[in-house]
Amino acid sequence: MSNGRNNRRLPVLMSIVAALMLSIVPLPTAIEPFRPDWVALTLIYWAMTLPRSYSVGTAWVVGIIVDVAHGTLLGQHALALCFVIYVTVKFHLQLRVFPLSQMTATVFALLALYQFLLFWINGVAGLHTESVTYWGPVITGTLIWPLVSMFFSGIRYRVRADR
Amino acid sequence: MAAVKSDNQHRAPNASALGFRFLLLAGLSILLLVIDNRENYLDGVRKAIGASVHPLRVLVDAPISTWRWIVDTTTSRNELRLENSRLQAERLLTQARLQKYAALEAENARLRALLEATPHGSERIRVSEIMSVSANPFRHVIVVDKGSRDGVFDGQAMVDASGVVGQVIEVGLLSSQGILISDPDHALPVEVNRNGLRTIAVGSGDFARLELPFLPNNADIKEGDLLVTSGLGGAFPAGYPVAVVDSVTRVPQEPFAAVTAKPAAALNQVREVMLIWPTEPKNTAVDATVDTAVDNKDDAARDDAREIAPAAAETSDE
Repeated sequence: MSNGRNNRRLPVLMSIVAALMLSIVPLPTAIEPFRPDWVALTLIYWAMTLPRSYSVGTAWVVGIIVDVAHGTLLGQHALALCFVIYVTVKFHLQLRVFPLSQMTATVFALLALYQFLLFWINGVAGLHTESVTYWGPVITGTLIWPLVSMFFSGIRYRVRADR
Repeated sequence: MAAVKSDNQHRAPNASALGFRFLLLAGLSILLLVIDNRENYLDGVRKAIGASVHPLRVLVDAPISTWRWIVDTTTSRNELRLENSRLQAERLLTQARLQKYAALEAENARLRALLEATPHGSERIRVSEIMSVSANPFRHVIVVDKGSRDGVFDGQAMVDASGVVGQVIEVGLLSSQGILISDPDHALPVEVNRNGLRTIAVGSGDFARLELPFLPNNADIKEGDLLVTSGLGGAFPAGYPVAVVDSVTRVPQEPFAAVTAKPAAALNQVREVMLIWPTEPKNTAVDATVDTAVDNKDDAARDDAREIAPAAAETSDE
């Protein structure tokens, strides 16, 4: 039993670690603003498919790690991720049965909400960012969502078949 | 298939419990945010979590360092010889310059002693490698591979071969974060090398531009002026080059001139930065300063002699 659970946990944890690594890989300055928010995408996928195991608690812990890794205010990404994942879990039943296009549109809204929360917390803390490219990750994240979700469902079914 | 499987994993979590947990965690985040924004009690927490992120950074850095290692080990002998001779020539040049500098330093210390002014402190420098560059384009933060174990401290100055890079803002055990001078939140007290005009250089969010917003229209500044650290902020030692003024726009009806400068250090290209530890100047006795200066010179001379001796032996063999 515990072996089965480990089997199911491992790919999720590994995907979260991989997302964290992708979010700190140095990129050329020109494409840096368009780095998709891998952590948010990964967490949204797992919260949508396995809401019982991965919901706001996981999001909060991962958010704190993101805060430390990026040197932002402690709690900023934690709060934003927590809220986005809360919304995702709340509507996970609808999200699961959506066709891909509609699901992608919802992910766009979630990512925009996420980026807005970060923007808002920055504003309250006195760190203003006026550039339009701030919203780049929302666009690239939405564009890459179909690939991300297909990739993860591939992993999920393979793990289940192995069991 | 997922929906059919009625295993615990796929049942919806209890809605009210979820809401409660969310409110609890949101409250906790807001508390953390407020504390972190106002005070620095949370440095210990950051350090602990930072230590757990360290392996991730090492892993991310691994392909790049492996690539560098491969390039290093496969350079041809010819290239190495060329590089070696180039470095030899460079070393000779810098040594010649350093000799003059040592004499000037001693003279400066002596003259300052005569004037009974506080002598300038000297600095200890250590090279550290950059592990990652800020993930957020609006916050220019780098992570370097030295931490509190190596004696790095908060506010420590970071320079590269050509100028000031930034300062340390957060120290972890094995790595620390530094803010670049181009970060929009960074301001640095500088002076114009030509005439000692003091002002503040503020980051613009662009790696290749600093702004000098507090210069009146009649300030004596022009394109090509070198800005150096004035040492007034306390964080940076005085006299390191910061930037070169590249545009001065004076609009008569505006109270301040719009001045921008180009950082001397290649902020988005550096792989290594040097951390500076200032050593307290000895201002107890006039003689002590002069003595140490002379001692240092003697030591240097002895070192040189030692280095020259084997070289001479080799040439006589040939």
